[in-house]
Amino acid sequence: MNSSRVITGALFTFLLTSLICPARAHTIKVGPQQAISSITQALTMASNGDTVEVNGGTYKEGNIIISKSIALIGKSRPVLDGQFRFEILSVKANGVLVSGFQIQHCGQGTLDDPGAIKVYDASQVRIENNDLVDNFFGIYLQYSHHSVIKNNRISAKQTIENQSGNGIHCWKSDNLQITGNHISGHRDGIYFEFVTESVIWRNISENNLRYGLHFMFSGSDAYFSNLFRRNGAGVAVMFTNKVTMMNNTFTENWGDAAYGLLLKEISDCTMIGNRFLKNTTGIMLDGSNRVYMEKNLLKGNGWGMRLQANCVDDTIVRNNFIGNTFDVSTNGSLTLNKFDHNYWDKYEGYDLNKDQIGDVPYHPLSLYSVVAERNPPAMLLYRSFIISLLDKSEKMMPSLTPANFVDPHPLLKPLPL
Amino acid sequence: MAKLLKHILLDILNNKIVIVYTIVLAAFSWSVFGLEDNTAKGILTLLNILLLIVPLVASLFATIYLYNSNEFIELLLSQPVKRSLIWKSLFAGLSGSLSIAFLLGVAIPVLLFAELSTALVMIASGLFLTVIFVSIAFLANVFTRDKAKGIGLAIMGWLYFALLFDAIVLFLFFQFADYPIEKVVVLLSALSPIDLCRINILLHLDVSAMMGYTGAIFRDYFGAGGGLILSSTLLLLWAFVPFYISLIRFKNKDL
Repeated sequence: MNSSRVITGALFTFLLTSLICPARAHTIKVGPQQAISSITQALTMASNGDTVEVNGGTYKEGNIIISKSIALIGKSRPVLDGQFRFEILSVKANGVLVSGFQIQHCGQGTLDDPGAIKVYDASQVRIENNDLVDNFFGIYLQYSHHSVIKNNRISAKQTIENQSGNGIHCWKSDNLQITGNHISGHRDGIYFEFVTESVIWRNISENNLRYGLHFMFSGSDAYFSNLFRRNGAGVAVMFTNKVTMMNNTFTENWGDAAYGLLLKEISDCTMIGNRFLKNTTGIMLDGSNRVYMEKNLLKGNGWGMRLQANCVDDTIVRNNFIGNTFDVSTNGSLTLNKFDHNYWDKYEGYDLNKDQIGDVPYHPLSLYSVVAERNPPAMLLYRSFIISLLDKSEKMMPSLTPANFVDPHPLLKPLPL
Repeated sequence: MAKLLKHILLDILNNKIVIVYTIVLAAFSWSVFGLEDNTAKGILTLLNILLLIVPLVASLFATIYLYNSNEFIELLLSQPVKRSLIWKSLFAGLSGSLSIAFLLGVAIPVLLFAELSTALVMIASGLFLTVIFVSIAFLANVFTRDKAKGIGLAIMGWLYFALLFDAIVLFLFFQFADYPIEKVVVLLSALSPIDLCRINILLHLDVSAMMGYTGAIFRDYFGAGGGLILSSTLLLLWAFVPFYISLIRFKNKDL
């Protein structure tokens, strides 16, 4: 008796609520053949929780502002065009989903930084499967939390660094997921400033004007399995701490100030399983403390690693240095970092007890890398006979190079990386 | 000329030193690539042979051959043959046979093992160096009648370009480190054929490192497109100017 009353009560409340709040997943269709042909109009009609479904076609509606928690979904890839005058999508509500669009030609402006999709103070925003073509900023997040940027293709053809925007720009945000995007031709591929507890995973960032990925003042972030290729200056992690970098590939970043990875004024970072291939400089460490490097591959770089003398307590263990012109170079005589158990293909020592660890410590710093560091044009004399002679004698008796710059246990065989 | 050239070529082949040179080069290059599992390292070893041995053999062999054929030259001069023709045929015969030796010895393994662009640059450099040092040997020959002196000159020339020149440039680097000397350096390197060849190969071999500032300057001058034409022109000048001077002297020489 008592239980049946509870059930009727529950049924009654259910009916009541469903009467008061009509069907939650309301779908508004927009398209040239539909009753509603403008996205702006559909957005004014929509209320929180609705879905706005946009059919194929080109929409030139200036700035579209999303101020309700809705899902904006493109069917057969509709084009939103900003005619090089407007910011295209402005997201100003929590829980918005934007998916399936081609968004192109957003306006330019260094004062208000217009973006193809710009998120203002909104959280739990999802931006997925869009094509962003020829925009100033691609996706711009400010004060956003718990947002997801996934599987977008972001491309532009920018040429002048101070008049160009970033592919994915995140500012004062946290708990972001940036996954599976392909970014090219912007100033920085992905830019983080004051962003914490975020993950960057499986993105490809290439042919950008400046950095493929750029961290400023951002801590406790991680990036995994990304590919950074042919960017103007590689990847930079600056003024940051506790960044984890794993399984990324940094390749073909060529130029005097181009680095596969530039670490500047950072501390407590971890780098594991990354590959640095064919860069002018694989890794540049400047003022970086307590960086832990393990199982990275540095292959075919001009300088595998430049470890400036202002770096302290860095640990470089079990890495492969193969086919670099110079494995390591430095700019001073002080060395407060630890090298151990690395494989160096230039090692010429022996192993009498067959434990696969060389019996003679290896001095990875070649004389000429020191000379070239102080006097870059001297690079033109490299591989001449006289230089090889000088290098050999320096290896026997280090005088110009710091004597404690040494790997006490060089490996005889490369690690399987 | 064809008849004369044929005679000279046969004579050089009879000498057997060129054949031994071919075999030694071949043995060296095959073993270098066979022993090293790392092709890049093999190429580095070959680079040293290319920059040291090839010029040395070319200049020494050419000088000694020229001095030894003095009587043959005098005999030819008594025939109705133009002086310049004799000198040119000798040059063609010597540089031709040494170039063929180089091609047979080094070019085949390099083409097989190295990357194509690197291989082509190496082969071109080797051929250039052969011809250039034969040409320098001709110059040494017309300057002195004394065999020992002539060979001495040839060796000095080789020593200068292979070792001394770099040492001098390095010294200048340190002395003028505070000044913007990149362009001067580029200019300086044009003064030594061995350096020109070395840097051209370096641009392929250490491509990543040469993408830096200095490398960029050098690439602009000598590396790509027009630069490649410029550096080849310079090498051609190196090959033919010494020979041309020797030709003029030979024509007017009292034998």
